[in-house]
Amino acid sequence: MTAALFGTRRGAIVAAVLLLIALALPKLVYPVLAIDIIAYGLFAVAFDLLLGFTGLLSFGHAMFWGGAGYVATILIAKANVPFPLAVILAIAYAAVLALIVGAIAIRRQGIYFAMITLALAQLQYFFAYQLGGWTGGENGVQLSSRGTLFGIALENDIAFYYAVLAVAALGTYLVVRVVRSPFGAVLGAMRENEQRAIALGFRVDRYKLIAFVMSGTLAGVAGVLFAVGNRLSGLDGVDWHTSGKVVMMSILGGIGTVFGPIAGAGIFESLDFFVSKTAIGDKTNIVMGTIFALCVLLFRRGIIGELLADRTKRAKT
Amino acid sequence: MALGLSVIFGMLRIVNFAHGAMFMLGAFVAYYGFQLVHMPFYAAIIVAPLIVAAFGLAIEVLFLRRLYRLDPLYGLLFTFALVLIIEDSMRLVAGSVGSPYETPAGLDFAVNIGFALFPAYRLFAIGFAMVVCLVVWLILERTPLGARIRAATEAPVLVRALGIDTQLLVSLTFAAGVALAALGGVLAAPIQNVEPTMGDKIIINTFAIVVIGGLGSIGGSVITGFALGLLQTLGAVIFPAFNDTLIFMLMIIVLLIRPSGLFGAPASAK
Repeated sequence: MTAALFGTRRGAIVAAVLLLIALALPKLVYPVLAIDIIAYGLFAVAFDLLLGFTGLLSFGHAMFWGGAGYVATILIAKANVPFPLAVILAIAYAAVLALIVGAIAIRRQGIYFAMITLALAQLQYFFAYQLGGWTGGENGVQLSSRGTLFGIALENDIAFYYAVLAVAALGTYLVVRVVRSPFGAVLGAMRENEQRAIALGFRVDRYKLIAFVMSGTLAGVAGVLFAVGNRLSGLDGVDWHTSGKVVMMSILGGIGTVFGPIAGAGIFESLDFFVSKTAIGDKTNIVMGTIFALCVLLFRRGIIGELLADRTKRAKT
Repeated sequence: MALGLSVIFGMLRIVNFAHGAMFMLGAFVAYYGFQLVHMPFYAAIIVAPLIVAAFGLAIEVLFLRRLYRLDPLYGLLFTFALVLIIEDSMRLVAGSVGSPYETPAGLDFAVNIGFALFPAYRLFAIGFAMVVCLVVWLILERTPLGARIRAATEAPVLVRALGIDTQLLVSLTFAAGVALAALGGVLAAPIQNVEPTMGDKIIINTFAIVVIGGLGSIGGSVITGFALGLLQTLGAVIFPAFNDTLIFMLMIIVLLIRPSGLFGAPASAK
């Protein structure tokens, strides 16, 4: 599956098409929606590193996404910390949190892993809810401005979009490098057969933890982009529905394909946006849930996964 | 609640995210039953679980059945999708604002339990839940049907070879688990508001209870459930602000000391 990423021509075509769409995105949809799509895209890529390439389903990834968003906005809005420093601290928060949560969660596998990450994410949610003095409770933390980076004002949505896109591209590139490295091969071996990986002498817990921290940190980066892009971080970001959302995006696009989750995020966010303009209003989950249910029942490879899959292989599975 | 989840997981190896949604549906059936046909509470306690169980059965037969041979994670994901659909559908039908459900006649007074006044209905709900738990436990442990269900879980192929319809057992078990969730919803309706998100608040707690007690261990999840209920009641008095986090703290401690849960068999299986 991993070899199909860049190795085949089809994979390269998919990547190129996605990049073209990403470059033109602010012309296609509202710029802020475009920022959301790319931020969620990076979030989904980070998540896919864990689910698709390591075989761990985290149902609490919102804790890194929303948590880092909180840290960044709180530091900027309440403590007047300079923008770049706040961002670095926020990402560091996600990394440390991922280290702690990962160390606890990797004690169990499969479905237990999912439930433990979910419960730990809820723990942070309750703290965010109770510490209303810092997090603003139901109102969240608002930023008056996005600040500046290297002397460029980020107030302009288009300029900010391309900054986000650059960061997301870099993050995606990193994930591709990790996945195609010897380290990534060990992750894949653990996913396919953990006992065998242990027998081969790999300390699987250490590999899992490293993958978890990488994924959580990158999710934190994405969360900071999202929070700064919207000038807001709130309880939504750390809620378990957000954890579920990134799971849906990744699987809809196709796990283990790197680009699939980005496409999934794009499809999910734009569909969600357009459905919310119809009579259903904010009950978009009726539609999104149905699509996801169909995806789980009928095409578990996801959209991009199906595109990349070999036709002969598909007939067999 | 935890009992239903534990039964379903233990038997089917499918973690049912939609359990909270079934809980909510149970409360709504009771609510609409009262609004539309003045169905009394004591009838709702029987009718609502049956209706919701039928709904659960339909889902099992139509969809979940296809997912058993796959990784249990797909079951989890499918039920998560169900939660989203059911919850937003109910928001569409009933609106987001909660509606009160009247305390049933005959139980709308307070009892003096020595140190405080306690609503009689709550005592009734706790007692009723305990009786139901006991009955379920007895059925599973002491009857031929229970023995078959347990056998079907442990060695489905062998049980099928003995001429027992495991598929039917699985469906029935699922429906029973759903009925338990719906019953929990009906019991909770007079205590809290009936609203589409009422299942959310408890599903995560239930997960934590099951992780602490050990999945598939029915006795474990019941004991843990009641112990935690007690702990939370005390916690609400001692430090109310962080009461909600107590259960998760406990979960972390249990995981660190005994990763398979307090009553779970220390199995290495997924």
